[in-house]
Amino acid sequence: MTAFLEVYGKMLVNSILTHLFYVFVSVSIGFCLGLALGILLTRVPKYSQVILPVISLFQTIPGIVFIGTLFLYIGMVPLTVIIALSIYAMFPVLKNTYVGILNVEPQYTEAARGLGMSNSQVLVQVELPLAMPTIIAGLRMSTVYTVSWAVLAAMIGLGGLGDFIYRGISTNNNALIIVGAVPAAVLAVVLGLLIDRLQKKAVPRGLRKGGAVK
Amino acid sequence: MTLQMFLEHLYMVILAVIFAIGIGLPLGILSYLFPGARKAILWVVDVLQTIPSLALLGIIMVFIGAGKITVITGLVLYSLLPIVRNTNLGLTEVDPAIKEAARGMGMSKFYQLIRVELPLAFPVIFTGIRIATVNSIGSAVFAAFVGGGGLGSIIYRGIRIQNIRLIASGTLSLMLMAVVFDLVMGMIEKRLYRRSSAA
Repeated sequence: MTAFLEVYGKMLVNSILTHLFYVFVSVSIGFCLGLALGILLTRVPKYSQVILPVISLFQTIPGIVFIGTLFLYIGMVPLTVIIALSIYAMFPVLKNTYVGILNVEPQYTEAARGLGMSNSQVLVQVELPLAMPTIIAGLRMSTVYTVSWAVLAAMIGLGGLGDFIYRGISTNNNALIIVGAVPAAVLAVVLGLLIDRLQKKAVPRGLRKGGAVK
Repeated sequence: MTLQMFLEHLYMVILAVIFAIGIGLPLGILSYLFPGARKAILWVVDVLQTIPSLALLGIIMVFIGAGKITVITGLVLYSLLPIVRNTNLGLTEVDPAIKEAARGMGMSKFYQLIRVELPLAFPVIFTGIRIATVNSIGSAVFAAFVGGGGLGSIIYRGIRIQNIRLIASGTLSLMLMAVVFDLVMGMIEKRLYRRSSAA
Protein backbone atom coordinates (compact mmCIF):
# COMPACT_ATOMS: atom_id res chain seq x y z
CA MET A 1 0.00 0.00 0.00
CA THR A 2 2.76 2.43 0.92
CA ALA A 3 4.68 1.52 -2.20
CA PHE A 4 1.55 2.12 -4.16
CA LEU A 5 1.06 5.51 -2.56
CA GLU A 6 4.63 6.44 -3.33
CA VAL A 7 4.06 5.78 -6.98
CA TYR A 8 0.57 7.20 -7.31
CA GLY A 9 0.19 9.49 -4.28
CA LYS A 10 1.15 12.69 -6.01
CA MET A 11 -0.79 11.82 -9.09
CA LEU A 12 -3.86 11.06 -6.98
CA VAL A 13 -3.73 14.45 -5.26
CA ASN A 14 -3.33 16.12 -8.63
CA SER A 15 -6.26 14.20 -10.04
CA ILE A 16 -8.51 15.11 -7.14
CA LEU A 17 -7.60 18.77 -7.52
CA THR A 18 -8.19 18.70 -11.28
CA HIS A 19 -11.49 16.98 -10.69
CA LEU A 20 -12.56 19.54 -8.10
CA PHE A 21 -11.47 22.34 -10.41
CA TYR A 22 -13.68 21.04 -13.23
CA VAL A 23 -16.60 20.61 -10.86
CA PHE A 24 -16.38 24.01 -9.20
CA VAL A 25 -15.84 26.02 -12.36
CA SER A 26 -18.57 24.26 -14.34
CA VAL A 27 -21.08 24.25 -11.52
CA SER A 28 -20.48 27.96 -10.88
CA ILE A 29 -20.98 28.83 -14.54
CA GLY A 30 -23.92 26.44 -14.86
CA PHE A 31 -25.53 27.78 -11.70
CA CYS A 32 -25.35 31.43 -12.82
CA LEU A 33 -26.65 30.61 -16.30
CA GLY A 34 -29.39 28.36 -14.96
CA LEU A 35 -30.50 30.90 -12.40
CA ALA A 36 -30.61 33.75 -14.92
CA LEU A 37 -32.40 31.73 -17.60
CA GLY A 38 -34.77 30.23 -15.05
CA ILE A 39 -35.80 33.68 -13.84
CA LEU A 40 -36.16 34.88 -17.42
CA LEU A 41 -38.45 31.95 -18.23
CA THR A 42 -40.77 32.79 -15.34
CA ARG A 43 -41.25 36.23 -16.87
CA VAL A 44 -42.46 34.76 -20.16
CA PRO A 45 -44.64 31.81 -19.12
CA LYS A 46 -46.09 31.60 -22.60
CA TYR A 47 -42.80 30.55 -24.15
CA SER A 48 -41.81 28.40 -21.21
CA GLN A 49 -44.46 25.86 -22.19
CA VAL A 50 -42.40 25.24 -25.31
CA ILE A 51 -38.91 25.79 -23.96
CA LEU A 52 -39.08 23.56 -20.89
CA PRO A 53 -39.94 20.31 -22.73
CA VAL A 54 -37.12 21.04 -25.15
CA ILE A 55 -34.79 21.44 -22.20
CA SER A 56 -35.83 18.14 -20.65
CA LEU A 57 -35.25 16.56 -24.04
CA PHE A 58 -31.72 17.96 -24.03
CA GLN A 59 -31.20 16.55 -20.60
CA THR A 60 -31.63 13.03 -21.94
CA ILE A 61 -28.44 13.50 -23.96
CA PRO A 62 -25.71 11.84 -21.93
CA GLY A 63 -22.72 13.96 -20.88
CA ILE A 64 -20.39 11.73 -22.86
CA VAL A 65 -21.97 13.07 -26.05
CA PHE A 66 -21.47 16.69 -25.02
CA ILE A 67 -17.84 16.09 -24.19
CA GLY A 68 -17.25 13.94 -27.25
CA THR A 69 -18.83 16.32 -29.73
CA LEU A 70 -17.18 19.43 -28.31
CA PHE A 71 -13.91 17.51 -28.33
CA LEU A 72 -14.20 17.13 -32.09
CA TYR A 73 -14.76 20.86 -32.58
CA ILE A 74 -12.66 22.50 -29.89
CA GLY A 75 -10.04 19.86 -29.33
CA MET A 76 -8.21 18.45 -26.37
CA VAL A 77 -8.29 21.45 -24.05
CA PRO A 78 -9.81 21.86 -20.59
CA LEU A 79 -12.26 24.35 -22.10
CA THR A 80 -14.01 21.42 -23.80
CA VAL A 81 -14.69 19.77 -20.47
CA ILE A 82 -15.72 23.04 -18.81
CA ILE A 83 -18.20 23.98 -21.54
CA ALA A 84 -19.75 20.51 -21.67
CA LEU A 85 -20.07 20.22 -17.92
CA SER A 86 -21.39 23.79 -17.56
CA ILE A 87 -24.17 23.12 -20.03
CA TYR A 88 -25.00 19.94 -18.23
CA ALA A 89 -24.91 21.62 -14.81
CA MET A 90 -27.19 24.37 -16.04
CA PHE A 91 -30.28 22.21 -16.69
CA PRO A 92 -31.23 21.13 -13.14
CA VAL A 93 -30.70 24.65 -11.78
CA LEU A 94 -32.74 26.18 -14.58
CA LYS A 95 -35.61 23.80 -14.12
CA ASN A 96 -35.68 24.12 -10.35
CA THR A 97 -35.42 27.92 -10.46
CA TYR A 98 -38.39 28.02 -12.78
CA VAL A 99 -40.48 25.56 -10.76
CA GLY A 100 -39.42 27.13 -7.47
CA ILE A 101 -40.47 30.63 -8.48
CA LEU A 102 -43.71 29.48 -10.08
CA ASN A 103 -44.61 27.60 -6.91
CA VAL A 104 -44.34 30.72 -4.76
CA GLU A 105 -47.90 31.29 -3.64
CA PRO A 106 -49.50 34.33 -5.23
CA GLN A 107 -50.59 35.64 -1.83
CA TYR A 108 -46.95 36.43 -1.00
CA THR A 109 -46.19 38.24 -4.22
CA GLU A 110 -49.48 40.10 -4.00
CA ALA A 111 -48.75 41.15 -0.45
CA ALA A 112 -45.32 42.34 -1.57
CA ARG A 113 -46.85 44.33 -4.42
CA GLY A 114 -49.37 45.76 -1.99
CA LEU A 115 -46.46 46.99 0.09
CA GLY A 116 -45.35 48.93 -2.96
CA MET A 117 -42.43 46.74 -4.03
CA SER A 118 -41.24 47.04 -7.60
CA ASN A 119 -40.97 43.95 -9.81
CA SER A 120 -37.29 43.51 -9.13
CA GLN A 121 -37.80 43.95 -5.41
CA VAL A 122 -40.50 41.29 -5.43
CA LEU A 123 -38.11 38.99 -7.25
CA VAL A 124 -35.09 39.55 -5.04
CA GLN A 125 -36.78 39.92 -1.67
CA VAL A 126 -39.74 37.58 -1.96
CA GLU A 127 -39.68 35.12 -4.85
CA LEU A 128 -36.01 34.13 -4.82
CA PRO A 129 -35.77 33.56 -1.05
CA LEU A 130 -38.94 31.46 -1.12
CA ALA A 131 -37.71 29.48 -4.12
CA MET A 132 -34.18 29.11 -2.72
CA PRO A 133 -34.58 25.60 -1.20
CA THR A 134 -35.82 24.31 -4.55
CA ILE A 135 -33.00 26.09 -6.38
CA ILE A 136 -30.44 24.60 -4.02
CA ALA A 137 -31.93 21.16 -4.66
CA GLY A 138 -31.18 21.84 -8.32
CA LEU A 139 -27.66 22.86 -7.40
CA ARG A 140 -27.22 19.57 -5.56
CA MET A 141 -28.29 17.62 -8.60
CA SER A 142 -25.95 19.64 -10.83
CA THR A 143 -23.01 19.08 -8.53
CA VAL A 144 -23.53 15.36 -8.16
CA TYR A 145 -23.99 14.97 -11.92
CA THR A 146 -20.93 17.07 -12.64
CA VAL A 147 -18.71 15.02 -10.35
CA SER A 148 -19.98 12.01 -12.26
CA TRP A 149 -19.50 13.41 -15.74
CA ALA A 150 -16.12 14.95 -14.90
CA VAL A 151 -14.86 11.38 -14.76
CA LEU A 152 -15.23 11.45 -18.53
CA ALA A 153 -12.60 14.15 -18.88
CA ALA A 154 -10.14 11.29 -18.82
CA MET A 155 -11.77 9.88 -21.93
CA ILE A 156 -10.27 12.73 -23.93
CA GLY A 157 -7.05 12.68 -21.95
CA LEU A 158 -7.68 15.61 -19.65
CA GLY A 159 -7.04 14.10 -16.25
CA GLY A 160 -9.23 14.04 -13.21
CA LEU A 161 -10.06 10.94 -11.23
CA GLY A 162 -11.33 9.27 -14.38
CA ASP A 163 -7.70 8.78 -15.36
CA PHE A 164 -7.23 6.07 -12.78
CA ILE A 165 -10.55 4.42 -13.53
CA TYR A 166 -9.81 4.39 -17.25
CA ARG A 167 -6.33 3.12 -16.97
CA GLY A 168 -7.48 0.53 -14.48
CA ILE A 169 -10.25 -0.69 -16.73
CA SER A 170 -8.15 -0.85 -19.87
CA THR A 171 -5.17 -2.57 -18.21
CA ASN A 172 -7.32 -4.73 -15.95
CA ASN A 173 -5.67 -3.27 -12.88
CA ASN A 174 -8.17 -3.43 -10.04
CA ALA A 175 -6.08 -1.36 -7.64
CA LEU A 176 -6.08 1.55 -10.09
CA ILE A 177 -9.84 1.35 -10.55
CA ILE A 178 -10.39 1.47 -6.80
CA VAL A 179 -7.94 4.34 -6.33
CA GLY A 180 -9.91 6.38 -8.85
CA ALA A 181 -13.43 5.23 -8.07
CA VAL A 182 -13.45 5.48 -4.30
CA PRO A 183 -12.31 9.13 -4.10
CA ALA A 184 -14.76 10.01 -6.89
CA ALA A 185 -17.58 8.39 -4.94
CA VAL A 186 -16.51 10.03 -1.69
CA LEU A 187 -16.26 13.38 -3.44
CA ALA A 188 -19.80 13.13 -4.77
CA VAL A 189 -21.24 12.02 -1.44
CA VAL A 190 -19.40 14.71 0.54
CA LEU A 191 -20.37 17.52 -1.84
CA GLY A 192 -23.95 16.25 -1.73
CA LEU A 193 -23.94 16.37 2.08
CA LEU A 194 -22.46 19.87 2.12
CA ILE A 195 -25.18 21.13 -0.17
CA ASP A 196 -27.84 19.43 1.96
CA ARG A 197 -26.54 21.51 4.85
CA LEU A 198 -26.68 24.62 2.71
CA GLN A 199 -30.23 23.79 1.74
CA LYS A 200 -31.38 23.65 5.35
CA LYS A 201 -29.88 27.07 5.89
CA ALA A 202 -31.54 28.41 2.74
CA VAL A 203 -35.06 27.88 4.03
CA PRO A 204 -36.37 31.30 5.09
CA ARG A 205 -36.60 31.39 8.87
CA GLY A 206 -40.36 31.86 8.99
CA LEU A 207 -40.84 28.72 6.93
CA ARG A 208 -38.64 26.25 8.79
CA LYS A 209 -40.45 23.15 9.99
CA GLY A 210 -43.59 22.36 8.11
CA GLY A 211 -44.00 23.82 4.66
CA ALA A 212 -43.40 21.51 1.74
CA VAL A 213 -39.75 21.66 0.79
CA LYS A 214 -38.69 19.13 -1.73
CA MET B 1 -25.58 -3.10 -36.34
CA THR B 2 -27.30 -0.13 -34.78
CA LEU B 3 -30.41 -2.20 -34.24
CA GLN B 4 -28.42 -4.81 -32.39
CA MET B 5 -26.89 -2.17 -30.11
CA PHE B 6 -30.32 -0.68 -29.60
CA LEU B 7 -31.72 -4.05 -28.53
CA GLU B 8 -28.70 -4.71 -26.34
CA HIS B 9 -29.26 -1.40 -24.62
CA LEU B 10 -32.95 -2.11 -24.16
CA TYR B 11 -32.23 -5.57 -22.83
CA MET B 12 -29.87 -4.27 -20.14
CA VAL B 13 -32.26 -1.52 -19.09
CA ILE B 14 -35.35 -3.71 -18.90
CA LEU B 15 -33.59 -6.49 -17.03
CA ALA B 16 -32.11 -3.96 -14.61
CA VAL B 17 -35.47 -2.31 -13.94
CA ILE B 18 -37.14 -5.68 -13.33
CA PHE B 19 -34.46 -6.61 -10.79
CA ALA B 20 -34.65 -3.16 -9.25
CA ILE B 21 -38.39 -3.57 -8.76
CA GLY B 22 -37.80 -7.00 -7.23
CA ILE B 23 -35.36 -5.53 -4.71
CA GLY B 24 -36.72 -2.00 -4.36
CA LEU B 25 -40.35 -2.84 -3.73
CA PRO B 26 -39.64 -5.04 -0.67
CA LEU B 27 -37.15 -2.43 0.59
CA GLY B 28 -39.77 0.28 0.22
CA ILE B 29 -42.35 -1.83 2.04
CA LEU B 30 -39.83 -2.60 4.80
CA SER B 31 -39.04 1.07 5.23
CA TYR B 32 -42.77 1.72 5.53
CA LEU B 33 -43.47 -1.05 8.02
CA PHE B 34 -40.44 -0.31 10.18
CA PRO B 35 -40.04 3.44 10.56
CA GLY B 36 -36.82 2.79 12.46
CA ALA B 37 -35.20 1.32 9.36
CA ARG B 38 -36.65 3.97 7.07
CA LYS B 39 -33.88 6.50 7.46
CA ALA B 40 -31.08 3.97 7.05
CA ILE B 41 -32.60 2.38 3.93
CA LEU B 42 -33.31 5.70 2.24
CA TRP B 43 -29.86 6.97 3.10
CA VAL B 44 -28.14 3.94 1.60
CA VAL B 45 -30.07 4.10 -1.68
CA ASP B 46 -29.48 7.85 -1.82
CA VAL B 47 -25.72 7.41 -1.43
CA LEU B 48 -25.74 4.66 -4.06
CA GLN B 49 -27.22 7.04 -6.57
CA THR B 50 -24.74 9.78 -5.72
CA ILE B 51 -21.74 7.65 -6.67
CA PRO B 52 -20.50 8.56 -10.17
CA SER B 53 -21.62 5.97 -12.73
CA LEU B 54 -18.21 5.09 -14.05
CA ALA B 55 -16.84 4.81 -10.51
CA LEU B 56 -19.66 2.51 -9.46
CA LEU B 57 -19.25 0.35 -12.55
CA GLY B 58 -15.50 0.27 -11.96
CA ILE B 59 -15.95 -0.92 -8.40
CA ILE B 60 -18.45 -3.58 -9.43
CA MET B 61 -16.10 -4.66 -12.19
CA VAL B 62 -13.37 -5.32 -9.64
CA PHE B 63 -15.63 -7.91 -8.07
CA ILE B 64 -17.38 -9.58 -10.96
CA GLY B 65 -15.34 -8.66 -14.03
CA ALA B 66 -16.37 -6.88 -17.22
CA GLY B 67 -19.56 -7.56 -19.11
CA LYS B 68 -23.29 -7.12 -19.14
CA ILE B 69 -23.86 -8.41 -15.62
CA THR B 70 -21.66 -5.63 -14.26
CA VAL B 71 -23.70 -3.04 -16.12
CA ILE B 72 -27.01 -4.52 -15.04
CA THR B 73 -25.86 -4.65 -11.41
CA GLY B 74 -24.88 -0.99 -11.60
CA LEU B 75 -28.17 0.01 -13.16
CA VAL B 76 -30.09 -1.92 -10.51
CA LEU B 77 -28.25 -0.07 -7.74
CA TYR B 78 -29.00 3.25 -9.45
CA SER B 79 -32.66 2.45 -9.95
CA LEU B 80 -33.26 1.61 -6.31
CA LEU B 81 -33.63 5.21 -5.13
CA PRO B 82 -36.71 6.27 -7.11
CA ILE B 83 -38.43 2.91 -6.58
CA VAL B 84 -37.76 2.62 -2.86
CA ARG B 85 -38.58 6.26 -2.19
CA ASN B 86 -41.80 6.22 -4.16
CA THR B 87 -42.94 2.93 -2.66
CA ASN B 88 -42.43 4.40 0.77
CA LEU B 89 -44.11 7.66 -0.18
CA GLY B 90 -47.07 5.97 -1.86
CA LEU B 91 -47.73 3.70 1.11
CA THR B 92 -47.39 6.55 3.58
CA GLU B 93 -49.81 8.70 1.66
CA VAL B 94 -52.66 6.19 1.63
CA ASP B 95 -55.61 7.82 3.38
CA PRO B 96 -55.55 6.81 7.11
CA ALA B 97 -59.34 6.47 7.02
CA ILE B 98 -59.02 3.71 4.44
CA LYS B 99 -56.30 1.97 6.45
CA GLU B 100 -58.52 2.05 9.53
CA ALA B 101 -61.51 0.80 7.62
CA ALA B 102 -59.41 -2.13 6.40
CA ARG B 103 -58.35 -2.94 9.94
CA GLY B 104 -61.89 -2.56 11.18
CA MET B 105 -62.98 -5.17 8.69
CA GLY B 106 -60.63 -7.55 10.46
CA MET B 107 -57.84 -7.62 7.90
CA SER B 108 -54.48 -8.78 9.16
CA LYS B 109 -51.56 -6.46 8.64
CA PHE B 110 -50.27 -8.53 5.75
CA TYR B 111 -53.66 -8.77 4.10
CA GLN B 112 -54.19 -5.06 4.53
CA LEU B 113 -50.87 -4.36 2.84
CA ILE B 114 -51.52 -6.66 -0.11
CA ARG B 115 -55.18 -5.90 -0.71
CA VAL B 116 -55.50 -2.26 0.30
CA GLU B 117 -52.33 -0.27 0.72
CA LEU B 118 -50.22 -1.54 -2.17
CA PRO B 119 -52.98 -1.21 -4.79
CA LEU B 120 -53.68 2.35 -3.64
CA ALA B 121 -49.99 3.22 -3.62
CA PHE B 122 -49.40 1.71 -7.04
CA PRO B 123 -49.65 4.90 -9.13
CA VAL B 124 -46.93 6.58 -7.05
CA ILE B 125 -44.79 3.43 -7.22
CA PHE B 126 -45.24 3.39 -10.98
CA THR B 127 -43.94 6.96 -11.17
CA GLY B 128 -40.80 5.71 -9.43
CA ILE B 129 -40.47 2.89 -11.94
CA ARG B 130 -40.80 5.34 -14.83
CA ILE B 131 -38.08 7.59 -13.42
CA ALA B 132 -35.84 4.57 -12.83
CA THR B 133 -36.34 3.37 -16.40
CA VAL B 134 -35.61 6.71 -18.06
CA ASN B 135 -32.55 7.24 -15.86
CA SER B 136 -31.26 3.76 -16.62
CA ILE B 137 -31.50 4.38 -20.35
CA GLY B 138 -29.10 7.28 -19.86
CA SER B 139 -26.75 5.55 -17.45
CA ALA B 140 -26.50 2.42 -19.59
CA VAL B 141 -24.29 4.46 -21.93
CA PHE B 142 -21.45 3.66 -19.57
CA ALA B 143 -21.76 0.02 -20.51
CA ALA B 144 -19.40 0.84 -23.36
CA PHE B 145 -16.54 1.28 -20.92
CA VAL B 146 -16.93 -1.99 -19.11
CA GLY B 147 -17.57 -4.18 -22.11
CA GLY B 148 -21.34 -4.28 -21.95
CA GLY B 149 -22.09 -2.95 -25.44
CA GLY B 150 -25.28 -1.03 -26.13
CA LEU B 151 -25.73 2.38 -27.67
CA GLY B 152 -22.87 3.75 -25.58
CA SER B 153 -20.40 1.75 -27.64
CA ILE B 154 -21.61 3.41 -30.85
CA ILE B 155 -21.15 6.85 -29.30
CA TYR B 156 -17.79 5.91 -27.85
CA ARG B 157 -16.55 4.55 -31.16
CA GLY B 158 -17.78 7.70 -32.88
CA ILE B 159 -15.76 9.83 -30.51
CA ARG B 160 -12.63 7.74 -30.97
CA ILE B 161 -12.68 7.73 -34.74
CA GLN B 162 -13.98 11.30 -34.77
CA ASN B 163 -17.09 10.48 -36.72
CA ILE B 164 -19.86 12.92 -35.91
CA ARG B 165 -22.50 10.91 -37.75
CA LEU B 166 -21.84 7.86 -35.67
CA ILE B 167 -22.12 9.94 -32.49
CA ALA B 168 -25.35 11.50 -33.73
CA SER B 169 -26.93 8.18 -34.65
CA GLY B 170 -26.10 6.73 -31.25
CA THR B 171 -27.34 9.80 -29.42
CA LEU B 172 -30.56 10.13 -31.37
CA SER B 173 -31.45 6.48 -30.85
CA LEU B 174 -30.79 6.95 -27.18
CA MET B 175 -32.95 10.07 -26.95
CA LEU B 176 -35.68 8.34 -28.90
CA MET B 177 -35.67 5.43 -26.51
CA ALA B 178 -35.77 7.70 -23.45
CA VAL B 179 -38.55 9.87 -24.85
CA VAL B 180 -40.72 6.96 -25.98
CA PHE B 181 -40.43 5.24 -22.61
CA ASP B 182 -41.12 8.48 -20.81
CA LEU B 183 -44.21 9.24 -22.89
CA VAL B 184 -45.72 5.77 -22.90
CA MET B 185 -45.12 5.17 -19.21
CA GLY B 186 -46.35 8.70 -18.50
CA MET B 187 -49.60 7.90 -20.28
CA ILE B 188 -50.07 4.71 -18.29
CA GLU B 189 -49.30 6.69 -15.17
CA LYS B 190 -51.99 9.26 -15.92
CA ARG B 191 -54.52 6.53 -16.44
CA LEU B 192 -53.55 4.93 -13.13
CA TYR B 193 -53.93 8.20 -11.28
CA ARG B 194 -57.26 8.88 -12.88
CA ARG B 195 -58.56 5.44 -11.97
CA SER B 196 -57.38 5.74 -8.38
CA SER B 197 -58.97 9.17 -7.93
CA ALA B 198 -62.23 7.96 -9.48
CA ALA B 199 -62.43 4.99 -7.14
